[in-house]
This record gives sequence, structure tokens and C-alpha cells, in this order.
Amino acid sequence: MDLLANLALGFDVAATPINLLYAFVGCVVGTLVGVLPGIGPVATIAMLLPITYGLEPVTALIMLAGIYYGASYGGSTTAILVNLPGEMSSVVTVLDGHQMARQGRAGAALSIAALGSFFAGSVATVVIAMFAPLLADLALKFDAAEYFSLMVLGLVSAVALAHGSVLKAILMTILGLLLGMIGTDVNSGVARFSFNTPELIDGIGFVAMTMGLFAFAEIAVNLERSAPSRVVAARIGSLWLTWKELVQSFPAVVRGSVVGMLLGILPGGGATLSSFASYTLEKKLAKDPSRFGKGAIEGVAGPESANNAGAQISFVPMLTLGIPSNAVMALMVGALIIHDIQPGPEIMTKTPHLFWGLVASMWIGNAMLVILNLPLIGLWVKLLSVPYRLLYPLILLCCAIGAYSTNNNMFDVWVAIVFGFLGYIFLKLECEPAPLLLGYILGPLLEENLRRALVLSRGDYTVFATRPMSAVMLVMAMGLLVLVLLPAIRNKRETVFQET
Amino acid sequence: MIRNPRDFYAGLLFVAFGVVALVIVQSYAIGTAARMGPGYFPRLLGILLVGGGIIQALIGLRSKSEIAVEWHWRPLLMLLIGVALFIVMTPWLGLIVATLVTSLVAMAASRDFRWQEALPVGAILGGAAAAVFVYGLGIPLPVWPWFMGR
Repeated sequence: MDLLANLALGFDVAATPINLLYAFVGCVVGTLVGVLPGIGPVATIAMLLPITYGLEPVTALIMLAGIYYGASYGGSTTAILVNLPGEMSSVVTVLDGHQMARQGRAGAALSIAALGSFFAGSVATVVIAMFAPLLADLALKFDAAEYFSLMVLGLVSAVALAHGSVLKAILMTILGLLLGMIGTDVNSGVARFSFNTPELIDGIGFVAMTMGLFAFAEIAVNLERSAPSRVVAARIGSLWLTWKELVQSFPAVVRGSVVGMLLGILPGGGATLSSFASYTLEKKLAKDPSRFGKGAIEGVAGPESANNAGAQISFVPMLTLGIPSNAVMALMVGALIIHDIQPGPEIMTKTPHLFWGLVASMWIGNAMLVILNLPLIGLWVKLLSVPYRLLYPLILLCCAIGAYSTNNNMFDVWVAIVFGFLGYIFLKLECEPAPLLLGYILGPLLEENLRRALVLSRGDYTVFATRPMSAVMLVMAMGLLVLVLLPAIRNKRETVFQET
Repeated sequence: MIRNPRDFYAGLLFVAFGVVALVIVQSYAIGTAARMGPGYFPRLLGILLVGGGIIQALIGLRSKSEIAVEWHWRPLLMLLIGVALFIVMTPWLGLIVATLVTSLVAMAASRDFRWQEALPVGAILGGAAAAVFVYGLGIPLPVWPWFMGR
């Protein structure tokens, strides 16, 4: 009955007033940025990270996690009511959700999105509690060679499952790894790539870098387009589902939760991919696929459940293996490191209250989100009337002050400017910034484990192939790369992302 | 003739980063696989970046589709200049004035810029920034200009 004891510990931690408060703050902020198009969870978490320095690590993590899964709740509101995705993870919800709104069933679409997410979130919480310890046990047996191969596998699958060009994603990852090298080399004490700048001796500030890449560059790209009109389409109507809608959507919710959990554990997975995959699955399984795109409730129920399950499960590889699977998780790793906690299998044994407190808080947070999103829906709808031209100066300023506050030094703000410039060029050249961030976070770890593995093997590279677990992971990584580069699969992969 | 400038220039950009890394790495000890110096891993990454970047550029040259990239530097530069002004002005003019100027420059990056709207918004942001970040969260930034006696 370890499971119950662990969950009890978790709820003890998560239910303290301070943690409840910050879970609530996280959920509110998450819903807010979810509802508002043009600002995503990555930029928001980067902005709020400096505020969490003074908090207990578990409290900080609970709040940041709330922002992430809260954004997937809020994103569906905009998708359904305004025909614009509030977040990437709710892109597919637009298709049928907005059609439902036009048919006067906006309330039902909002309800099933929130309730499906809650169901998925609850199942995911239990699944994390059951399986995360197993994964951590496995990881405790890892040596440097296995860790190196695991990180390679993680980076490769993040590239393979991301959308866009595979080669560009690989190159962005390598560039990220190189950026991670900036600063003092722990083994030799040499300050690498520091250009004789004292501020660079500890490396580039990742908060500032993320703000530049994800906030500044995004705003610049958004400003190029003329602002889309944000007309709230229809009256919301009754939030109650009819019996027929419930019967239609429940199996989709279950399937969506499973899809989300399977894909969420994969590096590169998480909320966005899960929702796309679930929509495709629902359309394939439907008796009458032509209903999709015209207000099929399964097309809302499945993806919305999947994105929440995926968002939560993506915490598992980060907490148990120390491998972030997407940009948000990379930020979480950064947050933990700032609090002197190295993410990895030891988290569960050394700081069980952190792990279980976070897991329990996810369930509490999901319950809060249902209440925040259904009865209070009118409040969020009003927020949609705030135009982007008033919103982005606020984002810009919060980033500038936030970057400054990481070290109380203006140097970090310059870093954000430089990466804002670079980030714009990357976006224009269709190079996704997320792999760069993953590479940046994993760079020092990857080098350290490569070094250690080769010291132990006296410089013999075959160590990665002769140790069985390491060999399996490298073969999987290579297999994945070959798969995504094969023309047939490549086309298929593109259709999965483009079908919608 | 560059067929797909997005792919071609992306390739060149990666090659450029790789070359810069390789040049800098020259001054670090490389070492051997068993005893890696600080230059070993970065050099490996630099080589991969240059090699991959060349392939990426070639893909851009031989691409079947022709897509042009539209660069709009003005909004980007306005935003970044706004933030740069924030960095320069805050230490001597204080957070409120710096925030006002930054938000005005940033808002001018938008097509729907109107003075009647931007001025009050900038002033509100300035006041809010001081209240929340300095008085609320205790971030050490001057609020008022130097001549107002801090």
C-alpha cells in the first residue's frame, strides 16, 4: 500500500494553505494565458520564474505546473467561442468546438472540454503515482553510459515528434547544446565561449534566453499580421450536456486520456501532439466521419482530454529521469536547478514530499480548473475583449523586469534582446525554438556523462554499444531517426500535423 | 538560384554558428576521448553543426517549392529598441519614466498606434510596474529619476 501512503503524503503537502494558494494562482494565470491568444505557457513560466525564487521548491513547482495544465483548459475556451486557438494544444478544438458554438451548443462544448480534461487529469494523476516509481527504480541502475544514451534518445525523439523539418530541429538541438557549453567547464575550470565577459562565466541565463526566443520573437511575428478580430461568436447557452452528447463523448474522453498518456511520456510529446493524435483517432473510429468539422462533440472531447493527460504525464520523464520532454519541462528543470535540486531518480527518494506533493497538487489543480472554467466562464470571455495592442507592451515589460530580477543585473535583459533578434530570424526560417531550449538544458549533462562514460572505458566508444540498456536506447534513437527520414513516413507525419 | 530561401539561409546560419564555435574552440585543449579537454565536446558539436548546416543549405538550393520569406524588421526593431531604452534609462531616470518610454516605443510598433491611447496606457504600466515589482516584490530598481532625491 505504498501507493496510498505516498498519495497521502502528497495530499498532506499539497493541501497546506500556502501550496493551495499557489496552485490556485498557477491555475488562474494558466487559464488567463490559455484564454488569451498570443501568449503561451512557455513565455509566462519564464516571466514568473524569478518570482518563485523565494518560495519553497515544491510550492514553486506547484504554481508553475498549474500554469502549464491550466493553459490547456483556458485554450479551449477561446477555441470554442472565438474560432481562434488560445494555445497550440487547442488548435484542433477549433474545428468542431466552434461549429458547436455556431449551432448554439457552446455551453456543451465548454463543459465537455473541461470535464473531459478533469477526467483525463484525474486518471493521469493515478497513473503517475503508480508508474513513476518504477521508472525511477530503473533509472537508479543507470550509469554514465546509459544516461548519455538516454539523453540522446530523448533529444532524438523530441526532434522526431516535433513538427516541421527534422534536420532543422536536429541542428537547433545541436546549437542549443553548444549554447549550453557557454560558461565555466566544471572539469578544467576553463571559461568557455565567455568572450571575456564576467556575466557569461556562469553561462547564459536561461530565463532571459527563453523570454527572447519565446516572448519577444513571438510578439514581433504577431505584430506583422493584422490583428484578427476577436468576436465572441455566440451566446454560451446551457452548460448541461444532453444524454446523447454524454453517451457520444464519454468513450472519446477515455480514448483521448489513453492517447494523451501514451504520447505524453515520449520526449517531444506533451499536450500539442496528443490533441492532434486524438482528433485523428476519433475521426478514424467514427461511424460517420463526415460529421467531423461540423460540430462533432467527440472532436472536442477527445483532443481536450488528450492534451491535459499529455501535459501532466510529460512531468514523469522530467521528474524521474531528469529528461525534459518539451520546452515547458526544460523550464521546470531550470527552476529545480535554481533551487539546487537536480531532477532525476533521486528526487523521489531524497525529496519525496516534492514529488508526491506535486502529483497531488495536479489533482487539486484540476478540480480548481473545472470550477474556474465553467461557472466563471463569463469572466474569461470578458478578458477576450482586451486587444492585443494593449497586451503585448505588458508582456514585454514583465519580461524585461523579470529578466533583470533573475540576477538583479541588466546584462540578462541584453541577453533577452539578443535572443529576441535571433528568435525572430529562427521563426522566419521555420526553425522551431523548442529543441534549442532542450539542447541548452541537457548540454552540460550530456557532456558530463559522455566524459564519465569514456573515462571509465578508457576512451573506448564501444562502451555505448556493449552495455545492453545503453545499446537498446541508441538503437531506438537510430530507428526513430531512420523512420522519420523515410519518405513514406515523412509524408504521413506531415499529414498528421496538417490534416487539421 | 536559391529555390527555398528559408532552408538555404537556415543552413548558412547554422554553418556560421558552427564556424564561430570551431574558431573559438581552437584555444581550448582538445584532449583524448579518455581524458577530454574543455574543447573536445564543443568541437564535436561545431563539426556536426557545420556539416548539417551545409546539407541544410543544399536542400534549400535544390528544393522544388519556391517560397519567399517576408521580413518585417520594423516591429521587431521597435520592440527591441524599446527594451534597450529600458535598460539604459532605468538606472538614472527610474522605473516609471523608463517604463513609459519603453511602452510608447513598443506600442508604436503596432499598426493601430494612437497617442490618446498609448500615453495613458504607458503611464498606468509605469505606475503598476513600480507598485508591483519594486514595492510589492522588492526588486531593487530605482523608481524615481536621480534628481528627485532617492
